Amino acid sequence: MPDTQALVNDFLNKLKKRKIEGSQATAKQTAELLRSVISQTRMPYTNQAAALIHSVKAVGERLIAANPVELAVGNVVRRVLHIVREEDLSLTTAAMAGLNLSAESDDEDDTDRDNHPALSAAAIAAASRSTLRPPSLQTLLEDVPDSAAVPHTSSSGGDSEGKSKSADKSSRSRKLKHDVIEAVNELIQDISTCHELIAEQAVEHIHQNEVILTLGSSRTVLEFLCAAKEKKRSFRVFVAEGAPRYQGHLLAKELVTRGLQTTLITDSAVFAMISRVNMVIVGAHAVMANGGVIAPVGLNMVALAAQKHAVPFVVLAGSHKLCPLYPHHPEVLLNELRSPSELLDFGEFSDCLDFGSGIGAPLLHVVNPTFDYVPPKLVSLFITDTGGHNPSYMYRLIADYYSADDLVLERRTTSGN
Amino acid sequence: MGAQKKGATARVSEDPEELARHPLQAILLADSFTTKFRPITLERPKVLLPLVNIPMINYTLAWLESAGVEEVFVFCCAHSKQVIDYLESSEWSSQPNFSVTTIESHNSISAGDALRLIYERNVIHGDFVLIRGDTVSNMSLTQALQEHKDRRKKDANAIMTMVVKQSKPSPITQQSRLGTDELFMAINPVTKQLLYYEDKAEYSKGFISLDKTLIADNPSVILHNDKQDCYIDICSQEVLSLFTDNFDYQHLRRHFVKGLLVDDIMGYKIFTHEIHSSYAARIDNFRSYDTISKDIIQRWTYPFVPDVLCGSSAIKVERQGTYRASDVTLSRSAQLGSFIFIGQGTKIGNDTKISHSVIGERCTIGSNVTIEGSYIWNNVTIEDGCQLRNAIVCDGVILKSGAVLQPGVILSFKVVVGQQFVVPAYSKVSLLQQPTQQDSDEELEYADSTSGTGELRSDKLNGDIAPDLSETASELGTGGVGYIWKVFEGAYDEEWRHSVAPIPTDKLVKLMLDRDEDEELLTQDGNVISASGELKTDSDGNGSEDDDNEDSRDDYVSFEKEVEATFLRAVHENVKVDLAVLEVNALRLSYNMASVDCGGAIFYSMMKLAVESPHNSASELHRNAADIVTTWQKLLKSFLHDIDEEIEVILKFEEMCLESAKDFAALFPQILHLLYDKEILQEDAILRWADEKEGADESDKVFLKRSEKFIQWLREAEEEEEEDE
Repeated sequence: MPDTQALVNDFLNKLKKRKIEGSQATAKQTAELLRSVISQTRMPYTNQAAALIHSVKAVGERLIAANPVELAVGNVVRRVLHIVREEDLSLTTAAMAGLNLSAESDDEDDTDRDNHPALSAAAIAAASRSTLRPPSLQTLLEDVPDSAAVPHTSSSGGDSEGKSKSADKSSRSRKLKHDVIEAVNELIQDISTCHELIAEQAVEHIHQNEVILTLGSSRTVLEFLCAAKEKKRSFRVFVAEGAPRYQGHLLAKELVTRGLQTTLITDSAVFAMISRVNMVIVGAHAVMANGGVIAPVGLNMVALAAQKHAVPFVVLAGSHKLCPLYPHHPEVLLNELRSPSELLDFGEFSDCLDFGSGIGAPLLHVVNPTFDYVPPKLVSLFITDTGGHNPSYMYRLIADYYSADDLVLERRTTSGN
Repeated sequence: MGAQKKGATARVSEDPEELARHPLQAILLADSFTTKFRPITLERPKVLLPLVNIPMINYTLAWLESAGVEEVFVFCCAHSKQVIDYLESSEWSSQPNFSVTTIESHNSISAGDALRLIYERNVIHGDFVLIRGDTVSNMSLTQALQEHKDRRKKDANAIMTMVVKQSKPSPITQQSRLGTDELFMAINPVTKQLLYYEDKAEYSKGFISLDKTLIADNPSVILHNDKQDCYIDICSQEVLSLFTDNFDYQHLRRHFVKGLLVDDIMGYKIFTHEIHSSYAARIDNFRSYDTISKDIIQRWTYPFVPDVLCGSSAIKVERQGTYRASDVTLSRSAQLGSFIFIGQGTKIGNDTKISHSVIGERCTIGSNVTIEGSYIWNNVTIEDGCQLRNAIVCDGVILKSGAVLQPGVILSFKVVVGQQFVVPAYSKVSLLQQPTQQDSDEELEYADSTSGTGELRSDKLNGDIAPDLSETASELGTGGVGYIWKVFEGAYDEEWRHSVAPIPTDKLVKLMLDRDEDEELLTQDGNVISASGELKTDSDGNGSEDDDNEDSRDDYVSFEKEVEATFLRAVHENVKVDLAVLEVNALRLSYNMASVDCGGAIFYSMMKLAVESPHNSASELHRNAADIVTTWQKLLKSFLHDIDEEIEVILKFEEMCLESAKDFAALFPQILHLLYDKEILQEDAILRWADEKEGADESDKVFLKRSEKFIQWLREAEEEEEEDE
């Protein structure tokens, strides 16, 4: 326990000091941290899921508070909570199935359960998902019978408590933890491979001799473009430099080393160039539940330009960037204001910032926001690791990843649990 | 553990420089050894004073931690117990990979003493960062450290790297934006070696003197006055032993740095590292407290800004730089301006206006209160109708209704200001009486260190504070509690320089005037030293004999010269017309001249410039004059308010054509026309001049005759106009 405590503190510190850059790294490290938190959690005999949820929530809350701007932290915490709930549920349903199959004796239950590995946790989770959630488009399409007798609000903790009488407690607790850790491992895997999954779809979207415009730098975009290039597509890329951090310069350099025809333009030239562009492909900081995007500053302008010229505006986002909150949610901090020194040199302007004379207040104010909000109506398509989606579909996708119980992670709810 | 062992084995193989794999250490002096923050520092150490609601030392520690320092020795002296208690209860005591150790001393009276004590403790094992607990920075140390280490490898005498930053001093007040005196540094541009350091240049002398060997020994030297000393030093161990060897080193800069620069026997060298995009500044006085607070609110110190340091859930940044804690009670009609900070649990009443201010936690602010540019700490009560401008208000202060704080007021802890009482500008108010043993000696700078005993004194005072207060209640109005500290003779002049309030305009004008005098003398004669000599005679001349007519004539001549120099400088340096007007006005005031004289003098300088600029023919001269008049017509016009003044200009011109600038004689009518065209001279003025001249001697009429045609034309035009009407 002290071991994880130190890890948590260390990570908190890093988050606070803004030392971890990029949502993917943050998401991955958060998931890894939560994995070790789960493995260290001592399991009680009853209501194990609740214990796990409690400890994950306790850590998650602090992580989110440390850097509320980085929504990926909250997303991963909620994903892990969802995983715990799902695994718990699948165990319960498995136990129930076992009960139904061998209703005669309680003793057989034990062996029965061991015979059940064929029924993988994931499959059960998928099945139970459909039973627990209001009918999702996916389930409807897959034609899984929607026998949702259990309302999704019913606490899974209570469920498990009721049913755990029948199951062998010690083995179940080990099983739950084990399953959860397995699933979190899968999540980590997902996060680290999301680039490849997204990039695989590149050929379907980028066509021969097209002109693609992007702003700033995003690893997802880089991989996406390179994947298309590797499939022998030849196209041109316009890179807007992305002031004030000018990460577009790095992207342009990287693209050129990979052999892509690249044109670097200033951000302010985007509108002039957009008529020659076939598609805008950009990365995102976070995708909100309404399909709105929190993206590096300048992208709203690009999106508006694209709309004006009817150029498709495509956003690439790994599933860890899907945030179950709406942008008007009070917990969502949309923006972070960084140091003005990225915009101008303090030394050169030090005489404008002399408060000793005049009215004693600065006449010069430098604002350096990090993000823009791009409303859903400006986005043509989201490409996530599960495929392309319309902005209006995002809330459905999000419903697959998160439980409604976890949307608000405040102390109030934890104590209530 | 394993890593350490590995390091130990590696030591054997690698060269001795590389083996210096010590954890990076830092010495943090949690005592400024000055009295600039009195009376506040009598009750609380400077490093614990809130800076945008967070104790200063937190900024320093957070920076050290993020810069990769692993071990910090906090040297506490004044109020050491408070500092130690604070650090123990804070998050800093339990950080992984970042240890904070306190070193306590009760008898150190200077930074020198502190470093000697640390040397005795033998805790520093390699290069270390020397910093004060009142420094705010977000620079990265990596590069500076690397440079320092590389230099050390080449030259063991390079024992210190000073961090500097560009910051232009105000040309008027000769002080930086942080309220410190203009700093002169001579730096070798190639090696970055510091060759000269002077922070107490005497402006009255008007020059600084560099050692001649300095120029002889270095192929190039750049003398900077636009660098700010950040008081972040990367030092080698030798620095500590040097302090021990030279027991008279007290002040880090005044004694140590200057001592090393002068001393050429040991050959120790100091280098500089300039930072560009990152921020670093030290809170040295109330002005820098104000400046750095505003820098923090404007986020120059990112990520060391309140919302990040406290966790953004507690404090949110809103539009226009408004920082607001989550549970602020705000009246609907309160008006919050830009760049303000409001802490937890503060209540703000109806129609209260706040701008550019920091308000701490749990404050109660009534209705119709105006707060501008002020720093209000925690648990302050401000009743209805108070007005605060550029003041610092410490914890627990109560302002009864209608109280007014004028700019620059400091209210120390728990002071009560009575109803409707106006606290005069720049006053410092405290519950503690002003220490009586005041000598204006330099030594006093260090007296803060005795506030270990100062603390005791305050404890004693607490006992018998009640009887004292009843006597002095009147000092702060009815119901007021506290003593207004007296300002010492001489110190008052300087009070406005370092206060939280912006410098009043009248002071600026006065300063500008002084500066003009100096510059004027410099331009008169390129030689700096003789200029300073002249300054003396000049001031003598002005000061001692001032009542006879001869002298006022002299005054006018010297005034004319000054105006001319000012004008020439304005032309050469492209000074804005507004500024030039201000400067000439300042000159006018100082020489007690009428604006008639200004107009004449300016016109004189303009024409003189035209004559002096190269020309071959009369037409070229005319063009020169036309150019100059066009560019500076606004300057001239701002001194020509009525016809008499305009006539004065014409007379002046006439005089010039006869005496100093005969070239113009031929051009007289043309220039007159030009001035008329540019609407500098009205036709009335010209006509009246002509009328006046009508009755004069023949010799005097030369120019009138020459311009007869023009005047004729003017008269006709006038008549036509009249006919039109």
